Amino acid sequence: MAQKTLAPLLEEAQKFTSPRQSQFRDSIVTSIYRTAEQIAGDVVSHTSTSRRDFDRQIDNIITSPVWGFPIMFGVLAVVFWITIAGANIPSGLLATGLFWIEARLTDLFMVLNAPDWLHGFLVLGVYRSLAWVIAVMLPPMAIFFPLFTLLEDLGYLPRVAFNLDRFFKKAGAHGKQALTMSMGFGCNAAGIIACRIIESPRERLIATLTNNFVPCNGRFPTLIALVSIFIAGSVSLSLSSAVATMAVAGLVVFGIAVTLSISWLLSKTILRGKPSSFTLELPPYRKPLVGQVLIRSVLDRTLFVLSRAVIIAAPAGGLIWILANTTIGSATLLSIIAGWMDPLARLMGLDGFILLAFILGLPANEIVLPILIMSYVCGGAMTELSSLADLRHLLVDQHGWTWLTALCTMTFSLCHWPCGTTLFTIQREQHSWRWTLLAALIPTAVGVIVCILINNLVRAAGLIV
Amino acid sequence: MGLTYQSTGQLTTREIFNANTDNCDYVIALAGNPNTGKSTVFNALTGLRQHTGNWPGKTVQRAEGTYIHKSRRYRLIDLPGTYSLLANSADEEVARDFICFARPDATIVVVDATCLERNLNLALQVMEITDKVIVCVNLIDEARRKKIQLNTAKLSDRLGVPVVATAARSGEGLSRLMDLVDDVAMGRILPKPQPVRYSKEVEEAIAQLEPRVRALVGEDINSRWLTLRLLDCDTRLVRTIENYLNARETAAAVPLAQEGLA
Repeated sequence: MAQKTLAPLLEEAQKFTSPRQSQFRDSIVTSIYRTAEQIAGDVVSHTSTSRRDFDRQIDNIITSPVWGFPIMFGVLAVVFWITIAGANIPSGLLATGLFWIEARLTDLFMVLNAPDWLHGFLVLGVYRSLAWVIAVMLPPMAIFFPLFTLLEDLGYLPRVAFNLDRFFKKAGAHGKQALTMSMGFGCNAAGIIACRIIESPRERLIATLTNNFVPCNGRFPTLIALVSIFIAGSVSLSLSSAVATMAVAGLVVFGIAVTLSISWLLSKTILRGKPSSFTLELPPYRKPLVGQVLIRSVLDRTLFVLSRAVIIAAPAGGLIWILANTTIGSATLLSIIAGWMDPLARLMGLDGFILLAFILGLPANEIVLPILIMSYVCGGAMTELSSLADLRHLLVDQHGWTWLTALCTMTFSLCHWPCGTTLFTIQREQHSWRWTLLAALIPTAVGVIVCILINNLVRAAGLIV
Repeated sequence: MGLTYQSTGQLTTREIFNANTDNCDYVIALAGNPNTGKSTVFNALTGLRQHTGNWPGKTVQRAEGTYIHKSRRYRLIDLPGTYSLLANSADEEVARDFICFARPDATIVVVDATCLERNLNLALQVMEITDKVIVCVNLIDEARRKKIQLNTAKLSDRLGVPVVATAARSGEGLSRLMDLVDDVAMGRILPKPQPVRYSKEVEEAIAQLEPRVRALVGEDINSRWLTLRLLDCDTRLVRTIENYLNARETAAAVPLAQEGLA
């Protein structure tokens, strides 16, 4: 059967338009705009413009070149401060409660005369890692997500994008990348799907490859938990939450800076080109529906992220218990594997267990910290761990953590390969294993280099013995 | 995730867009600019909890859900929010291809009452592709607060399609919206969109080309709109349409009346 083709008609059409194709297109678009303008003019009447003016006045301050960034940093800091200050107490309570249950479970296994390996695998492996996921991750999530959703509902995030827009243009990337990056704060996989709003394939690729440099829902709680475990207690109490807040906010700013630098580097090397222009729309401020925000952020985000963590942490906890209890010669399998990674990890200011936790955390970033705790607990002498103070004791006294270790761990959490879901999404969006591989390699390389630099500079400066 | 970017490059018919059309009576598309409360309308109608946000570009992937009205089952497809359908980006292409090839029984265009002018651009473009359009003027509560008055009867008159004012967050106007969707899908209301009038030069080109375009594509695709796209030199769309036409030909359940140019 003859193939139908529009080619002759397209040729015919070009006879009408040929010398002035772009003018023709402009004329079509202009007619549509003019019609819309006429109709709107006929049916809409304003009796007052005061509210609109009020919105504009707020925008002039929030997006001003002078105040935009201090305000942004301030808002970020307040959100983190509330989260860090608020998460400590419920975390402690949850830990106490969940480990009380663990003790009762152990009693139950004793009464039933269950074999040691079964008790070890189920209670010390699976249950314990679940308990850590919930105790360490749930409180920061339950506080952070609603606050973040409120900002989103209010209309603040597009203003953030507006502030950052000119920097992205300077970096040779698309202004809309500021939006996709902000989406990445929620979830990198979502941020990568959002890259579809960028028209040019070159700029979409830049946005895709650099989306991972901002912490997502899964990594925020890790950062916050680490900061509160570590810094809370090491400085005097009144100062501790302020220092912790600055640390997380600083890390986010660092992530944005890395996003811009890598975008710039990409647009100067393998993805060369000029940034295309666009107009960013600032939506009106809306009064958030607080009740709905609370319900939605708890149900959609907190429970979603938590359940993902639980599903992955359960088998991971079991696996770690097995690795920690299988011995070859005199060493456990866990310590052998961690030992392999130790040289590189030490160079980066980490240790083998931390690096191993990041690798095992590939399916979901939210389980990195619980896995790390598990491997420390299983591998070390310390078997009883029932409060956050014990956790600090475990990290600092048993495993020699310093503030530098915490800093390097947080930096590597910010800059390492994207989680499995995100990688899968990149593959699906770009249809290319090559770009997917690059999306994993770029942040990993940045993370390794930055960690090595931080570690060695700090040591060389003699800030840490 | 049926409707992904991949699927839009290839043959796109309703069956591919959503495999399970059997268990519902009508397919309704939901289009609109970003940040007009489109997802809120979607959630309010379907009872689903898609995440909404004050955030342009929230819905990039489409969502779908069903609702029952007057004992008929409707499948509602939430298209990505776009400012136009001139297909500058993947999400615009997704929205355009769905309206063009999946041919929904009705398309709701959600517009923001507080900035009607900018939002009407999209409504006008949708109305060029399909007649079965209902314009939903959302955020009417916000417009009231901002002291913006809107004459919906006049708007309906000027556009030639039914118009309903809603405040989806509080549920205002939604039952009227569902009634109108029902009327349009059932064919009780036949919207007659007022076409956009172009410049003399463009209109003359359309007058010459459109009959031949119509002869080739038949009535499935709006020939005035396609002629405009030819004049616009949208080669990607042309390729998609050729694929669609040839696939339809091969399927050839119903031979077309006009085979003249094939």
